[in-house]
Amino acid sequence: MGAQVITITSGKGGVGKTTAVANLAVALAADGQKVVCVDGDIGLRNLDVVMGLENRIVYDVVDVIEGRCRLRQAMIRDKRLPELYLIPAAQTRDKSAVSPSEMVRLCDELRGEVDWVLIDSPAGIERGFKNAIAPADRVIVLTNPEVSAVRDADRVIGILEAEEKGSPDLIINRLNPALVRRHDMLSAEDVLDLLAVRLLGIVPEDENVIVATNRGIPVALDGKSRAGEAFRNIARRIKGEDVPFMDFDNQGTLWQKLSRLTGRKSS
Amino acid sequence: MRFFERRPPSAKSAKDRLQLVLIHDRTDLTPAVLDALKDDLLTAISQHVEIDPSSVRIEVTHEGRSQRLVADIPLRSVTRRRTG
Repeated sequence: MGAQVITITSGKGGVGKTTAVANLAVALAADGQKVVCVDGDIGLRNLDVVMGLENRIVYDVVDVIEGRCRLRQAMIRDKRLPELYLIPAAQTRDKSAVSPSEMVRLCDELRGEVDWVLIDSPAGIERGFKNAIAPADRVIVLTNPEVSAVRDADRVIGILEAEEKGSPDLIINRLNPALVRRHDMLSAEDVLDLLAVRLLGIVPEDENVIVATNRGIPVALDGKSRAGEAFRNIARRIKGEDVPFMDFDNQGTLWQKLSRLTGRKSS
Repeated sequence: MRFFERRPPSAKSAKDRLQLVLIHDRTDLTPAVLDALKDDLLTAISQHVEIDPSSVRIEVTHEGRSQRLVADIPLRSVTRRRTG
């Protein structure tokens, strides 16, 4: 009944969870869906700045849970998309201000309001992470094609399976196709081979993400960005559409293309 | 000259290292524990059949996300020992 609750988590920090939540939310909302994002990183609030909504905050998630405001008052409406909302994290509290059962109750209330609830999990595997996964119907693990991020993703997948959250879906973020071609970065196949979970999407490394974050306008709204396109595709897969994976092979430099054509090993 | 030497691509060593580290992370089996286990197994098996300790291989393999401890223990042929 009602909205599906999806939590995005990674174990390791800095792999792009907040950016992914903002972009998937924007992509779903641009597709006519009603979406609310919840920043689960209490004490280290960030989803607000990535979405460009930092100046509109009055109440936060702890205010709702502790009854200082009504749910609707803490739902900040997005500037661009009428059916996109953010419930920000509290900045001056810590993770112990919220319990897993309170998160479940909050999300149960949100289920009646929207189509999708996206939760941005904090890094780590402690209280904040436990809070973030408690209400999830579905968990997405985000990783980078890099040893420490993959190792931490594996730990998180193990914990999710042990907590009977089922096998999560995987997003590989910041893949650099030129480095993969040179065999100096783990390929998507390598990562899938190691983690053995279902792939939801691959997001290429893209400078536009930094530019978009600087402006507070998620890259999924940029029709020309490759990362934006990847996030839009993932949003459609989340909705259950069958969207083919992007082809990164036509992305190389002219020299790499020529090398492939002539059968010469590049570099 | 070293200058022209090409180092092997790094993705393979990333994958190989991760493969090992993930087995240990998932099972709590460190190489030291595995060695101790191997010694105990050899002692136990040697009490009943004759084996060549140097040809015994014990490793953790994986299929999807599940791990399996595989022991390959060749038995010494009794007939060969009699004739030899």
